[in-house]
Order: sequence, then C-alpha cells, then structure tokens
Amino acid sequence: MFTEFFYYLRACGLKVSLNEWMSLLEAMRLGLHDSSLTGFYYLARMLLVKSESDFDRFDRAFLEFFGDVKSYEELPQELLDWLNSPFEPRDYDKEEVDRRFAGLDLAAIRQMLEERLREQHERHDGGSKWVGTGGTSPFGNSGYAPTGVRVGGQSRHRNAVQVAAARQFQEFRRDTTLDIRQFQMAFRRLRRLSSRTEGPKDELQLDETIRATCENAGHLKLEFDRPRTNEVRLLLLFDTGGSMWPYTQLCSQLFRAAHQSNHFKELRTYYFHNCPYETLYENERYWSGEGISTDRLIRELSPQWKVIFVGDGAMAISELLDKGGCVDYYHYNDKPGIEWIQRFTAKFPHLVWLNPIPESSWPYTHGRSSIRLLRREVEMFPLSLDGLDAALKKLMVNR
Amino acid sequence: MKEFVSSDSYIASEELLRSVEVARALGKPLLIKGEPGTGKTMLAQAVADELGMELIIWNVKSTTKAQDGLYVYDTVARLYDSQFGGEGVSDIAKYIKLGKLGEAFRAEEQVVLLIDEIDKADLEFPNDLLWELDRMEFYIPETKETVKAKHRPIVIITSNAEKELPDAFLRRCIFHYIQFPDKEMMERIVRAHYPRIDDELLAQAMEAFYIIRENYGVQKKPSTSELLDWVQALEIGGVDPKKLKEALPFAGVLLKKTEDLNKVVSSIQKRRSW
Repeated sequence: MFTEFFYYLRACGLKVSLNEWMSLLEAMRLGLHDSSLTGFYYLARMLLVKSESDFDRFDRAFLEFFGDVKSYEELPQELLDWLNSPFEPRDYDKEEVDRRFAGLDLAAIRQMLEERLREQHERHDGGSKWVGTGGTSPFGNSGYAPTGVRVGGQSRHRNAVQVAAARQFQEFRRDTTLDIRQFQMAFRRLRRLSSRTEGPKDELQLDETIRATCENAGHLKLEFDRPRTNEVRLLLLFDTGGSMWPYTQLCSQLFRAAHQSNHFKELRTYYFHNCPYETLYENERYWSGEGISTDRLIRELSPQWKVIFVGDGAMAISELLDKGGCVDYYHYNDKPGIEWIQRFTAKFPHLVWLNPIPESSWPYTHGRSSIRLLRREVEMFPLSLDGLDAALKKLMVNR
Repeated sequence: MKEFVSSDSYIASEELLRSVEVARALGKPLLIKGEPGTGKTMLAQAVADELGMELIIWNVKSTTKAQDGLYVYDTVARLYDSQFGGEGVSDIAKYIKLGKLGEAFRAEEQVVLLIDEIDKADLEFPNDLLWELDRMEFYIPETKETVKAKHRPIVIITSNAEKELPDAFLRRCIFHYIQFPDKEMMERIVRAHYPRIDDELLAQAMEAFYIIRENYGVQKKPSTSELLDWVQALEIGGVDPKKLKEALPFAGVLLKKTEDLNKVVSSIQKRRSW
C-alpha cells in the first residue's frame, strides 16, 4: 500500500526520491507518525515535499489516495472526555493479554471497535473488553494491548484528510517547465571579470607574498592586489501585456532570476508593449508607470551594456514599419518601431532577442511576418533553457 | 528525550513542533522557510532554550564560503609567528581555527546549530556542505585530522527563498514552511510577548494590522515582528485604542517603505474626510 503511494506521488509530478522515501519509512519505524493518519500526513509532507509550491500538489494527491480512509478521530465528545482523563493502568497479566490478542489483525479490531461503539453507553476503565483507559482491551488509551486502536487520549487535531482538503497552499503553486534555479545557473555565464586597474588593492596574494617574502630574505612582505569583480552590465527589456499574457510566468521567472543573480555590476529592467518606441516603462503594467525616454537611455548607456529583449515579436507589420503604428490608440509614435530597434542594435553590439514562442512555430505563428522582420535586425533565440544558454553565450562573444 | 514544546516567549504551531521532533529523531537538518518576520531565526533560539542546549549561530552572507564554516587555516598568522620566533610554529594545529560547523561538531554536548539565511550565499554553497551535514564530519588535510561530531547537532537552516536551493540538498532536509499566523495564533504570540497588554488595545491593533496586510496592496507586508514592535510602541506611547484605526499612530513601525506608508496614510485620511 505504501509503495503504491510513492509511485502515485511521482505520477502526480512530485519529485520524490528513493532516499526521501526511505527516510519516511525509517521515521515510521521510529513511530514518528503517532500511529495516526494526521501524523502520517505531516510526516510525509515534511520529508517528501521540499517546497511550499508543491504543498498543494501533495494535498491533492493525498486526498485522492487517502480520501476514503475512515477516521476514528470523530467520536462522541462524551466518550473522548473520559478517554482524555485516563486512569492509571491496573495490574495485568501480560501473557494472558498477549494470548487473547494472538491472531487479531487490524481489520478485525476495527470491526470490533465499531461494534463496541454501538453497544457501549458508559465509561469503562481498566477492563479488557470495552473502549476505555488503563485497561487491556484493544481500544482506548493509557493501557496495554499488543495491537489495537488508540482512541482519544491525545489532543484532537484536525485529521489529515481535513487538513489536506483545506488545500491552504493553492496560491503557492508554480507549474513551470523551467526551474528558476536553471535560469540562475544560466545567468552565471554573464560574467566578465574586471581588469586590475581600478579599485583599492585589498586582496592578499598568497603566492606573490611567499615569493616576495623569500626575496626579502625571509622577512614577511605582504603583497596585495585588486580583487576582480564582474563587469557585466545588463539591460533587460520585456514585452508586456496582450499576446505576452500566456508567458507572464516564464518572464517573471527570468526577471527574478536576473535580479537574484547579484553578480551583475548593474542591471536595469524596462517594459514595452509589442515594440519599443520613444518611451520605455519602469512598471510592468506599463500604462500606469512612469516612463523613461528611450533616446536618453540609448545615449546614456555605454556600448558595453548587454541588452536582452524578451518578447514574442508577434504584432501587426504596421506596428514595426509605420509612423503612428503603435498599438495604443492614444500613443502616436513619430518614428516607426523598426527604427528604434535599429538604434539599439547600432549602439549595442551585444544584443539578443528572447522569444517565448517555441522556435519551431516561428514561421507559422500569427506574428510570423513581424518575427521575420525582427530577425533581420536582431538575433532571436527561443526562451528555453537551451535558447537562453545560446543567447547568453552570444552576448559574451567579443566583437 | 526532552520534548520541545511552545515556550513562554515562542509560540510554535503544532506542525512546527512535529517537524522539530522528526528532525531530532532522524538526525536530519530542518529547513525552515517562510515570510520574513515569522520567527524563523527565533525558532532555533527557542529550541536551544527549551532543550537546555547551547546555540551556535552561523550567519551566512553573500560572501560566505562553505569552507568558512568548517575551518580556516590562518597562514598569515603562522608566517608572522615564524618571523618573530613565536613558539610552536611547527604545530599547524595551532593555526587551524574551526568555523561554526566545526565548533558544533567538536562540542562536548549536543548543541543546536543555526545556519541562518542559507540562500544569501552563492548558489553552490548548499551543495558544498552535503557531505559534512550528511556524515557530520570533515577532514582537515593540513593536520591529517578528521573532525567528527561527538553528538549530532540539531541543525536548523533558514531560508528566505532569495535563491532556489539545489535538489540534492533539499532531499537531505526536513522541510517546514512557516505559514503566516492566523488571528488566533497571532493573539497568542503577542500575549506571550506582552502578557499585561490591554485587551482593547490588542484587539484594535490586530484589526488594523490585518486590514493593512490584506487590503491596501502594500509592497512589503508587515509581519509578526513588526506587529510586536508596533504594539510595544502603542503601549509605551499610551495611545487611546479607540483612535487607533483612524489615526494609525507610529505607522512607520509597521510600514517600512515610503510608498506603502503614503498609500495607507492617505487612504485613511481620505476615508476620514468622507
């Protein structure tokens, strides 16, 4: 039954490894699940699921798998009240009790319990038949029985199925093809170390120190040099809204990965809609944000900046080629979009375009004409792991 | 084995207590994630206090290397000593300084080791610690010595999810996500810190707090620690609970971003002028 649960979790897309599963079995052998389904739920979750974004997936899988397990935690309050104030166990004959239990399996005990619950109407303690405390019947608590069902005696928790059914972690879900960590690893490619001409000399050079000390007849002479830092400056320009909606998640991951890679000398992000015109926006919901002049930006930044456009490039041809072609009715552009793209490519030799549409559909998708036009101006890569890798490699090539 | 329970100053949820128990029993590191200010770091202190163990804190920074936690070989000091004829220069062990992890392994009694904000460090940092955390030992080539934990420390690791942690590392941890406390829990937490607080003041402060968290769309939501500071400020300032919601005194304690502060204050003023 448990092995099935393991495969079921994997089938539900949870990356449970064998090691983690073994830890769970080990934990259960140690009794850390409190012999209850609720305990098992928490135990399994903390050992098998390592991100809150997967909690919901786990909850659903758990519900599917254990949803119809009947719980004995819902007992009449009166019964629980006296079970929760247990009597001291009476003396008992262990052998006699063990003999009485031989051959009883859990199913039989459960059936007996249900019968008892129907028949029993008062408190029993220290006996061997009824549900009670301090006794030797298979049910109850604070007594002795080799096998049996614990009834009451611990604080009542919400049981596992209820907890799972609450599905509190729905909002953390993150169904993604790409892992943000993979993006981060890719961004590490963007690294060009500084030359040793700027900054204070504050890094001890061990080899140099040893050499200098030797030359100094064994008297210590410390040698320092300037530490080398990453010199890469990155400009990220995101297409937002409209046809980009389906890729919001992907773009926000790229955005987060870029911002969490704190090794860039400088990183700037702006937004545009379909095609960059004379204004770029600092806010993702570009119509409400403050803008910055594209012209100023291009003039301000040095050609060493690496530029990445992220967009599907799918738009009407007029948006690229016509004055006033901007898709926003209230926005009149006096230069066609393609000219702005050309100004970027002229200034920044290290420039790529990442397209979230899979490469194979570029010639067929509804924006194929504009994509074709754009590809004459800029080098376009698909926004996949491989594409990003290739694009970043491209950015690092000296021209 | 002594059990870890909610203490006077630290209120932990049922699930968290379970996680701590399991981590102890299995001898695996406990990885704690959660919104900032939900008491991730406090947990280690509480566990240590409750179990009467020493707490060793390893604060991770962006420049921290895994090696720093194990040991540092102070070559420069040795070089210096060799110049001025200090004693025992030939004894390398004298110049090996154990890091926090090394300290925890060497301890005579079981300790609690907190690796705080592991996500601050380089992406590879957690991977570099896999072996050491698994086997609870490491080797110092300079002295040909193996430092092995006498008692497996209780390792608590916190992360703010600034970077994703590698899978291989995650597989070895017990994971717990501290959810933002609900109102009932929050009240217990505040009362644990300020047992003599005025009921009316607490009720009003909590209400205002949750309204700010949920309604104004602030960028940096105030968290437990901010509420605690605020309640203290209100108590010291002797604020009349009835005026609390309209005036929102000491709002700067709750809201740390200027935009957020302006947003909330101006919308409260607007509502009052209606």
